[in-house]
Amino acid sequence: MSDTTITESHDAEAIPPGYDDGEDHIGLEHHTSTGLSNTKLAMWLFLGSECLLFGGLISTYMLYRNRQSDQLGPDQLWDIPFTSATSFVLLMSSLTMVMSVSAAKRKDERGTKLWLTVTALLGGLFLAGQVYEFTTFYREGLGYTTSLFSSSFYTLTGFHGVHVAVGIVMLLSLVAMLVRGKLVGDKAETVEMIGLYWHFVDVVWIVIFTLVYLIPA
Amino acid sequence: MSSDSTITDTATDTAESEQDEHADEAPPAYPPSQPIHEGGHGHKEPTDGQYIWIAVILAVLTALEIAATEVGPDGPWLIPALLVMMTIKFFIVILFFMHLRFDSRLFSLVFYIGLSFAVVLYAAVLATFHFFTG
Repeated sequence: MSDTTITESHDAEAIPPGYDDGEDHIGLEHHTSTGLSNTKLAMWLFLGSECLLFGGLISTYMLYRNRQSDQLGPDQLWDIPFTSATSFVLLMSSLTMVMSVSAAKRKDERGTKLWLTVTALLGGLFLAGQVYEFTTFYREGLGYTTSLFSSSFYTLTGFHGVHVAVGIVMLLSLVAMLVRGKLVGDKAETVEMIGLYWHFVDVVWIVIFTLVYLIPA
Repeated sequence: MSSDSTITDTATDTAESEQDEHADEAPPAYPPSQPIHEGGHGHKEPTDGQYIWIAVILAVLTALEIAATEVGPDGPWLIPALLVMMTIKFFIVILFFMHLRFDSRLFSLVFYIGLSFAVVLYAAVLATFHFFTG
């Protein structure tokens, strides 16, 4: 490993910044033209683009939230105490996520795995709440194509739910890789990248919870 | 004159030896000169205890949002109050939990460009459909 690092250092000097030497440098520290992590920059770019995706879905819901049929609208359906409880669970999962990032930076692998698992469990609890809510609404007669309100509501909250599910898969995969010792490279940075995604999912729910559930139609 | 020449030679030798020392060093990895728990803006990242306090603030704000809808569901102040609390929660998470306050300004720039573009674009879309004027 030390030989590889030494070879990498010489290669890095020989090749100008911004050029690819065609070799696999996974797990090795590297130069970037900005002096910052390219992975982190890419993640922030991705999150910036996600703002446009969720902005479009939220705007569509805001436009159509009064286009309901058969008196099946937000005032009849919303169970604010229940949704508040699931929102609180997702909010607290952001705390456990930041704890795992903090543990990873301290190189506390046990703490990292523990907090990542707790975050995944809290995410699962939120998702279970959302499935329960969707099932209840469907039984009350609110199908996906019932009205413009229902289509825009299910699309917005469904897209968010898919993001939570993807986050849970990433969290559990990360825990499995840490347990098997198959995570190469900067572990703290990998945990931080998944943390950024998870916090963004939480931030989007903060907006959805207020605009969709709390502000009266 | 000869002493001046000796001083100049000594200085040149020192500079060359320093240059040689630096040439042997491995290239610096990112983030440059940035120890753990200290970000690009020079601010210290919060401790675990401070993260818990931030989460408590977020929980209190959420409770206030719910209380506001229960206390004054028809009040004219409700929507502005909810939007203000939502914005505070939003920025607490991105600044502290996502470390945007402590990281490089480039990350902030990239994210805020996307966010601002989304807000302006969809505000224009909603205005086109007379959302704000009813």
